[in-house]
Amino acid sequence: MSYFEARNITKRYDAHLALDNVSIDVPEQSIFGLLGPNGAGKTTLIRIINQITGPDEGEIFIGNEKLSQKHVDKIGYLPEERGLYKKMKVGEQALYLAQLKGLSKTDALKKLKYWFEKFEIQAWWNRKVEELSKGMQQKVQFIVTIIHDPTLLIFDEPFSGFDPINVNLLKDEILNLKQNGATIIFSTHNMASVEELCDNIALINKSKKILEGRVKDIKTKYKTNTYAIDFDGFTGEARSLLPAGFSLLNETSDEEMRQIIVGLPTQSTQNELLNAVMSKVNIHAFKEIIPTMNDIFIKTVNESGNFSEIS
Amino acid sequence: MNKILLVIQREYLSRVRKKSFIVMTILGPILMAALFIVPIFLSQMSDEVKQVEILDETGWFINKFEDSERFRFDYVYTDLETAKTNLLIEKGYALVYIPKPEVSVPSSAMIFSDKQVSIDLKGYIRNVMGKEVENQKLGAEIMKEIQKVSPGNDTGIQENISAGNIVSDEILKNIKTNITLTSIKMGEAGKEEKSFTEVSMVVGLFAGILIYFFIFLFGSQVMRGVIEEKVSRIVEVIVSSVKPFQLMMGKIIGVGLVGLTQFMLWVLLTLTIVTVFQQVMPDKFKKQETVESFSPGKRIPAGAEAIQSMEISKDQGSMERMIDAIQSINYGVMIFSFLFYFLGGYLLYGAMFAAIGAAVDNETDTQQFMMPVTIPLILGILVAQFVINNPEGPIAFWFSIIPFTSPIVMMVRIPFGVPSWEVALSMALLVITFVGAVWMAGKIYRTGILMYGKKVSWGELWKWLFYKA
Repeated sequence: MSYFEARNITKRYDAHLALDNVSIDVPEQSIFGLLGPNGAGKTTLIRIINQITGPDEGEIFIGNEKLSQKHVDKIGYLPEERGLYKKMKVGEQALYLAQLKGLSKTDALKKLKYWFEKFEIQAWWNRKVEELSKGMQQKVQFIVTIIHDPTLLIFDEPFSGFDPINVNLLKDEILNLKQNGATIIFSTHNMASVEELCDNIALINKSKKILEGRVKDIKTKYKTNTYAIDFDGFTGEARSLLPAGFSLLNETSDEEMRQIIVGLPTQSTQNELLNAVMSKVNIHAFKEIIPTMNDIFIKTVNESGNFSEIS
Repeated sequence: MNKILLVIQREYLSRVRKKSFIVMTILGPILMAALFIVPIFLSQMSDEVKQVEILDETGWFINKFEDSERFRFDYVYTDLETAKTNLLIEKGYALVYIPKPEVSVPSSAMIFSDKQVSIDLKGYIRNVMGKEVENQKLGAEIMKEIQKVSPGNDTGIQENISAGNIVSDEILKNIKTNITLTSIKMGEAGKEEKSFTEVSMVVGLFAGILIYFFIFLFGSQVMRGVIEEKVSRIVEVIVSSVKPFQLMMGKIIGVGLVGLTQFMLWVLLTLTIVTVFQQVMPDKFKKQETVESFSPGKRIPAGAEAIQSMEISKDQGSMERMIDAIQSINYGVMIFSFLFYFLGGYLLYGAMFAAIGAAVDNETDTQQFMMPVTIPLILGILVAQFVINNPEGPIAFWFSIIPFTSPIVMMVRIPFGVPSWEVALSMALLVITFVGAVWMAGKIYRTGILMYGKKVSWGELWKWLFYKA
């Protein structure tokens, strides 16, 4: 069941088309990756969802209701371009931002206390923001994004500026939020984290959606029937190991081990390859090469045309 | 809307708590009080009695001016040219010339002197003349009323009917007299030029400069606030919670309230300092005992009291004379117009400054947009200096009607008395213009705050006006 839906969104700036008939569908309690090269239109779409700007055409639904001003308090948004008032005290500022999201002062204080303790930054409550490290500021920012228990969360490059330990802390929190019922839209260029976190993705390039679906399905779809074999005990030509029709895509070796990457003909199975090789070499590893989201991203974007550079 | 209040509150508190605000709040009144006190001190320093000659063609004011420790009044009965020559020969301080009015009661006088005439002398002359004229008018009005009430009986009025029953507000308004006092400075070669020590001029110019200063100071605070939000990138977080227009208006209103707070504190503290000074040095700054009768703010009901207050005690100190002079201006109107033009002008320019802040990435980029916005302001303050010479002329008229200069120029004109239709027109235009400016600024602001790292041209700004939300 989808919680968030954008239908046929089109947005124009002068002659430039920022979004061209883009639709996305985010199931409830899932993490949705919104991907695309710089300037593809992701930020525009995110701003439309946040009602910072409006679409020229198309409609948006949240929980089956048409998006309206009252939904502002249900959405938590961590923008890519983010910051805090430098001269303002951390606690005061968090309180202000929480109240802007519709929390009462007492509720906001209670919740902030909980999160500040959880993120171990309560000692900074009365410090000015400019005294905080970047990572620390990011934590404050994350807290104020989720403080009002939004049902729809939008994270735009949430991990930038965090060290690996805090990235993990954040990932856990994001998964927790999903566990607790939030629907999450996640925009990033970090494809590893997409594979790790996202259930579904949509890929936007040059204002158009060019790919969408479950991460698993997409990866299966982009499989190329390629396998890697690690072996030793054979010093001859690697090509001679392979049955006819199989292609040697790559070959590497170090002192102990050789690795070949083999492309299979369409009808063949991996067992044919295994059978052919097994008798001649000592196999250490045999695995299917599954395309990473990174590969898929680059491949799809390149196929759909060059990067657009207009933002 | 609750959220705009939150924004206003933050903008207000974060500024009021700043050290610079507190320092300004304390320094301002000290400077202003010094402006009051120092000239009086200086004029007290010379204790020689100055000789002032009165040439009164009307005969209304013979022996009404009373000698004090600083001025001795002599009455001359020659023609003006002789009196002027005599003044120079006798090295008198000043010559007051009260011409015979063509039709009605005397309402103007000229002061000839080869020096700048001190402000307390002018205040005193204005005061004596005004009160004498008002007194006469009041007497005539009371006679008329009494004759209406009991025809044929014009004796023993004071016993039978107290003046308070007769003197209506309307009469008080009718008898209100504005004395035009023109100072003419006589040069060596008999050249004459107008001088600027007129209280109306000082008050008007002061109010105009104050408005100019406030608009600049707080307008640019709005601009810096917008740039700060843009540079620190907090703006995108905030506009996901409040509409850009709310954020902009919240900031403009919040900063405006800071300005009003500062102004109020200045007035209060200045009055406190001046009052304390009067108490501490009672010899020089005698406390004023007479009540100011004709200001609409504290109109007193009884005409008798009004008459009483017209009696000027002989040993009135300079401070009192100056206060009298200052009080000859209608303060209710002044304060109302000041607040109106301050708010109107501030909203107009504040909105434009906010739009500029939104269009640029940092303060150094503001130059190209600042110029056209500040030119009318600077023009206003330049024109103000012409206007004090000629508050009725076409320049004064047009610049006090055009909304971009009216907050300054109209403020300069108001102490001189401006026809109400002109004030109404100017105020209406100002309101219309600031509503338009706020609307346009809102459009530019909305687009601008989310544009990073882009040099924006005027053409671009124009396009932003037509972007859909």
